[in-house]
Amino acid sequence: MAVKRDSRRLFALLTPGTVFLGIFFLGPLAVMVVFSFLEPGLYGGVEWNFYHWNYGRILGWADGEWEDFDPVYAEIFFRSVRLALTNVAITLLICYPAALWVSGLSARWRTFVVFIVTLPFFVSLVVRLFCWVLILRPSGFLSSTLLGLGLISEPIDIIYTETAVLIGMAYILLPFMFLPLYASIEKLDHSLVEASYDLGANPYQTFLRVILPSTLPGIAAGSVLVFIPSLGNFIVPDLLGGAKVLMIGNLVEQQFLSARNWPFGSALSVMIMLVMFLLIVIYLRRIGRSEIVR
Amino acid sequence: MTGAAPEPIAEVREAVKRFPAPEGGVVTALDNISLEVQQGQFATLLGPSGCGKTTLLRTISGFEDLDSGEVRIGGIPVTGVPPYRRPVNTVFQNYALFPHLPVSGNVGYGLEVAGVQRSERDRRVGEALERVGLSGFHRRKPAQLSGGQQQRVALARAIINQPKLLLLDEPLSALDRNLRQSMQLELKSLQHDLGICFLFVTHDQEEALTMSDQVIVLNQGKIEQVGPPEVLYHRPATRFVAEFIGDGALFHGKIQNTDADPVLVTEDGLRIAVGTGPGVGDSATLIIRPEHLSIAPEDPDDSMGVLDAVLEQMVFKGATRQYVCRLANGAAISATPPEASEEAFIRVRPGEPVRLAYRRSKPHLIVETN
Repeated sequence: MAVKRDSRRLFALLTPGTVFLGIFFLGPLAVMVVFSFLEPGLYGGVEWNFYHWNYGRILGWADGEWEDFDPVYAEIFFRSVRLALTNVAITLLICYPAALWVSGLSARWRTFVVFIVTLPFFVSLVVRLFCWVLILRPSGFLSSTLLGLGLISEPIDIIYTETAVLIGMAYILLPFMFLPLYASIEKLDHSLVEASYDLGANPYQTFLRVILPSTLPGIAAGSVLVFIPSLGNFIVPDLLGGAKVLMIGNLVEQQFLSARNWPFGSALSVMIMLVMFLLIVIYLRRIGRSEIVR
Repeated sequence: MTGAAPEPIAEVREAVKRFPAPEGGVVTALDNISLEVQQGQFATLLGPSGCGKTTLLRTISGFEDLDSGEVRIGGIPVTGVPPYRRPVNTVFQNYALFPHLPVSGNVGYGLEVAGVQRSERDRRVGEALERVGLSGFHRRKPAQLSGGQQQRVALARAIINQPKLLLLDEPLSALDRNLRQSMQLELKSLQHDLGICFLFVTHDQEEALTMSDQVIVLNQGKIEQVGPPEVLYHRPATRFVAEFIGDGALFHGKIQNTDADPVLVTEDGLRIAVGTGPGVGDSATLIIRPEHLSIAPEDPDDSMGVLDAVLEQMVFKGATRQYVCRLANGAAISATPPEASEEAFIRVRPGEPVRLAYRRSKPHLIVETN
């Protein structure tokens, strides 16, 4: 009886979420996968014929013409993956020490800092990124300050470069790295650190052998949460990267909104999903193999 | 101690440690404490919770700094020496095993960070595990072990570096009673075999008496008494020690009639015969242990003290029976008479009057000379 009631309750609790995701997530996803195998219509839309050269185009052979090999899309693809991974590394290096420090504060200050970290979410993303445009452009805040202090002799021109894109993406995604890391570090049993010291391990050894392995779940969660939105991001490269630092997200956006090549946009999206899926499976597997007992 | 005292393994001199209290003000955890532990000794810090015993342990292991005073290990002052450079190891109260490492990784941790070769490490890990009776558990994870097994891993991990002094912070408190008792004996024999000095922290007086060569009784940041278990039990130096260690009835009062048979007169007028020694007018506390008492014979001689009481109940305790009686002033007193004199007790029904007797020389008298 109890089992039956439990399963009925489970059914009742899960139905709304399942229905919602079924209609608004799996439905569009299926449309996208189907479209990615259809011929692009001349003025947008699709022709209902099977067409696999959408995927060929990603690799460099548009419409099956071997002599026109041009890996421009593949380059954008790899650049996106590289930038996303770099961004994971940057946010991790910034957030880990910060989270370690915050976890040592008193309870009141910890709550305050966590609130501060989430504060940017209250302001529109686009507005915040425009602020970065004002900061990073040659006549902007950063350049003029450094010029005024006499640290540089010419204005620095880093807007519309990869550096600017990385700065913007790291800025936007810092909270997604910080919060899971902090949750994991705060849970760390301090007596483990003491045990390590007690057994003769210096602070450096203790960090590598006890603190880092114990907080791997937080590192994994933060990395995944930063990697996914980094890879698909199109707003940051749009505003801070200009036309020079095109990322895969911009490409998809262009295909749907400007080029009106829906099948190619769909094929790109499917590829993004597959790459993300693959990388995340590899990543979680590796962390899983280090056998976290939690 | 007189003569050429051996070099103490660890020495605490005039240690003072204060903490800010959560509700404001200051708590003095260590109030001018000095003590020594000798080579090969099983020493125990005994006291109620909050007496400063864990703080004292942590100042020796290096996790707390003293406000003033000094800790010496092997004759060398260790002020400012970080925990990882002190030749002491600790068995933590919650074991603090590394959850991500297997048993062998936990036990070998100290050797690994010290850069000991793999083959040498494996051999010593095997030895240490064998010593604590966990051979063949190398690959298990701490989460796959029972509480008692985790305890043994923590022990193996702490002794593998061959510390000069092993600190044990209430390591048995999480175990159930039977396991705790067998671990007490095992710890004692392990200490004997290794010859390492153990400094054990506990609030359990029975545990302290069972295992220790030397017990240091702490209360409110001060040392009440230092001595072997027998001395603490039979000759407690303070009222606190008398109350904290063992059972017994305490009587506080003033001494009268010094001539041959001094008498302790309590504030509520009870007159209790005591042994010779104290002077008239001294304040004193008498501790009558249950085993001192039996039923008074028909004509008690001068060497005996007699107390009139009413038997309240008999408690069966397995090997012994405990007779709970009430004195004229309303205080409860327990007797666990030797088997030979039990017959007299058995004839008494609860509610009936009973005359309790003790050798005047047996109960210990703490005299506070004015």
